[in-house]
Amino acid sequence: MTDHTSQAELVRRSLKHRYRKERRFRAYGILAIAIALTALITLFTDIVGKGYTGFLKTTITLEVTMDPDLMYLDDPTDSKQVRMADFVAPLVAAVDNALPGATADDQDALRRLINPYASNELRDALIENPEWMGTTRTMSFLAHSNVDVYVKHKGDAAYSIKLTGQQQSWVDELREQGLVETSFNDVFFTNGDSRDPAKAGVLGAIVGSLLTMIITLVLAFPIGVAAAIYLEEFAPRNRLTDFIEVNINNLAAVPSIIFGLLGLAIFINLFGMPRSVPVVGGLVLTLMTLPTIIISSRAAIKSVPPSVREAAEGIGASKMQVVLHHVLPLALPGMLTGSIIGMAQALGETAPLLLIGMVAFIVEVPEGVFDAATVLPVQVFLWAGSPELAFIERASAAIMVLLAFLMTMNAMAIWLRKRLERRW
Amino acid sequence: MQPLNLLLLTMVLAVVAYGLGYTRSRALAMPLGGVRHLKSLPGYYGVRAAIWCGVPALIILAFWAAFEGKVIQSIVVGTLPDTMIPDSAGEASLLMSKIGNVANGSLPPGFVEEPVAKAAELLQALQVQSKIYMTGLVVAVALLAGFLGWIRIRPLLNAREQVEAVLRWFFFACAGVAVLTTVGIVFSVVFETIRFFEQVPFFEFFFGTSWSPQLALRTDQVGSEGAFGMIPLFTGTLLISFIAMLIAAPVGLMSAIYLSEYANKRVRSIVKPLLEMLAGIPTVVYGFFAALTVAPFISDLASAVGVEASSQSALAAGLVMGIMIIPFVSSLSDDVINAVPQTLRDGSLALGATQSETMKKVIFPAALPGIMGGLLLAVSRAIGETMIVVMAAGLAANLTANPLETVTTVTVQIVTLLVGDQEFDSAKTLAAFALGAMLFIATLLLNVIALKIVRKYREQYD
Repeated sequence: MTDHTSQAELVRRSLKHRYRKERRFRAYGILAIAIALTALITLFTDIVGKGYTGFLKTTITLEVTMDPDLMYLDDPTDSKQVRMADFVAPLVAAVDNALPGATADDQDALRRLINPYASNELRDALIENPEWMGTTRTMSFLAHSNVDVYVKHKGDAAYSIKLTGQQQSWVDELREQGLVETSFNDVFFTNGDSRDPAKAGVLGAIVGSLLTMIITLVLAFPIGVAAAIYLEEFAPRNRLTDFIEVNINNLAAVPSIIFGLLGLAIFINLFGMPRSVPVVGGLVLTLMTLPTIIISSRAAIKSVPPSVREAAEGIGASKMQVVLHHVLPLALPGMLTGSIIGMAQALGETAPLLLIGMVAFIVEVPEGVFDAATVLPVQVFLWAGSPELAFIERASAAIMVLLAFLMTMNAMAIWLRKRLERRW
Repeated sequence: MQPLNLLLLTMVLAVVAYGLGYTRSRALAMPLGGVRHLKSLPGYYGVRAAIWCGVPALIILAFWAAFEGKVIQSIVVGTLPDTMIPDSAGEASLLMSKIGNVANGSLPPGFVEEPVAKAAELLQALQVQSKIYMTGLVVAVALLAGFLGWIRIRPLLNAREQVEAVLRWFFFACAGVAVLTTVGIVFSVVFETIRFFEQVPFFEFFFGTSWSPQLALRTDQVGSEGAFGMIPLFTGTLLISFIAMLIAAPVGLMSAIYLSEYANKRVRSIVKPLLEMLAGIPTVVYGFFAALTVAPFISDLASAVGVEASSQSALAAGLVMGIMIIPFVSSLSDDVINAVPQTLRDGSLALGATQSETMKKVIFPAALPGIMGGLLLAVSRAIGETMIVVMAAGLAANLTANPLETVTTVTVQIVTLLVGDQEFDSAKTLAAFALGAMLFIATLLLNVIALKIVRKYREQYD
């Protein structure tokens, strides 16, 4: 009897200690989740904080006088004259006019307030509207990328301001006059890559990604679904089938860069396909996403109840008819969901594409799957490696664009699953 | 005709064949008293005709397009005088691009040697001829085979069985793509690796402690021979993976435990998708975060406490890689913990154990093999991860265990060696493939072991 009470006493005495341990264990769990979520939040705020300014551009509005004498140009329709003409001078003169404090010696410093490509814009505008010659018009141009950085990040220690003190005071003066403004950066969405951060955009990369994804989808979805149908419905239980299954499971875990080596050795060196093109990128990503699609498609086929199959077989359908007419339509939503997730992975993939040469500096927006192109994640990689902080800002903005695409795709997959999912 | 247009044309022909086959089968059935006297539905006769028309033509087209270039090239090179036959692969490709430039008109024929100009003419003629032959052959085969398929339609012919057999072979071929991919990977690394070991001794690669693959431009240069010892790369890879697992294993495991044992449904439904979001972020974004935020932060922090840290430390890459792997570990552990039968849990709780005691003494030991399998898969992912280390770890191959120093990894070296211009017979390029082979073998072993553990464990409770 005494022995029993002492046991109970022991347990009671240890309870406090045990409960404390319990609470501590629970706290570890909460801490772990807190760490993971903090990392997520830090990542997002860091990228948004670094990149939201990438969606802003700085423009400079000028009263440009198209003076024939200053430009050595009488007739903008004459291509020979246009080639010899000076389109920078009227711009510099216009800046000079807007800044009463500037002198004739400051021409060079003044010129560096305007984007180097502004003279081309002026030329193209004049070729289109020759009647503008000799008039004065109010026109908006992109500011020089240094001005852009100055306007956006004046007080930020991380950015080095490359403008001289005098240039800074000019920009301040122009801002007071309302001539230098920041607005939504449409250039970012309508241009390809550029050496000038102010002119650099993601359109080329978006189109490149799109072309690559089209190739991947067109190849990976049918092949993946067909492979899943074979393995789930037709494959005899033998060594060959087992071997194929083990293969697929292993391929799903092979590092993506290995697929890049495969693309380089087989598609480029053996088959002589060109480098840097979406076709090869699409092929490599197809091989990479196939295991994902096959595995999710098999799960979708498995979830179709046997009663459906038996009913179809019962009224005389052949095996193939059972599969194509009954199982496949019912499994399709699940297959689509899996494929969208696989495509989202492929869209974010970078490493294999580096090896097949999709890292080139490409200004033009690709027009077909055989044009040299780059893709969004690779564009992020290229800009992130730049020493100029103006490009880092663009890289963050491009990441936001990429994440927006990925989130749309994942949301679509979730919506599709909710919408088409059938419980048996 | 361009291959792409030819492909479209063949498809159009196949569609026409479908229509013809369909109508012919119906016409044949008419005198017999209707479609029900056919062995198969009319649509199957149509599909059969389309297969006859399209499949052989497409196979020919694929082979022609794949080997056209190589064959023409060997013919063209064969006509060159012996003195101009290139000795190395680099020279050969240079010569071919020269001939190609002359042929497509971007280089005037007067600028090059006479044999080259002649070869260019031949090349151009061959290219034109090849296109004509290809078009002719493909269209002829499509028409002939389509006609044969069409004419042989009989009411007693079981078209459905034939179509289904073809489809089944197609499904099988698609399943075979996975095997072909593996074969392709093995072949693409094995051959180059063998060539690499012809140039660099086996022993040096596996046990050498210095890695500097930059071969000299001139043979008399100091240090003209590159060093290909992979020890520093593997230690670098392991160091970063170790740091990553140090973060991911406890955090992932504890959050899985909390979510499966403690959290109520609402918390679970909010936190789980958020964790999965970490898994959906592209690696290049993590690389960006590691290189531009975490690495400077760590080096600032280190200099604030008076320790020297490189701007591209192993710690930064490892930390961020750990964050990336957290959801991987947590979802795998979650599955394993949930697979432990509820009876074990109930039994332990009924004996008066607290939840944490149940977890630590009952569920965790039961789930341990599965968790180990999951962790091994996570390690394999950390070893093969590329973008984070390319952006945040350095290029200097230091043999060190100090996480504040720069190290380089296998994947970083593969990318560095293969991005940009390359010669395909230099040891430098081949080294990348040898490293790729090592990486493939290492991750494959880890995966096979992990999958085996996970599977074996699952069988115990099912």
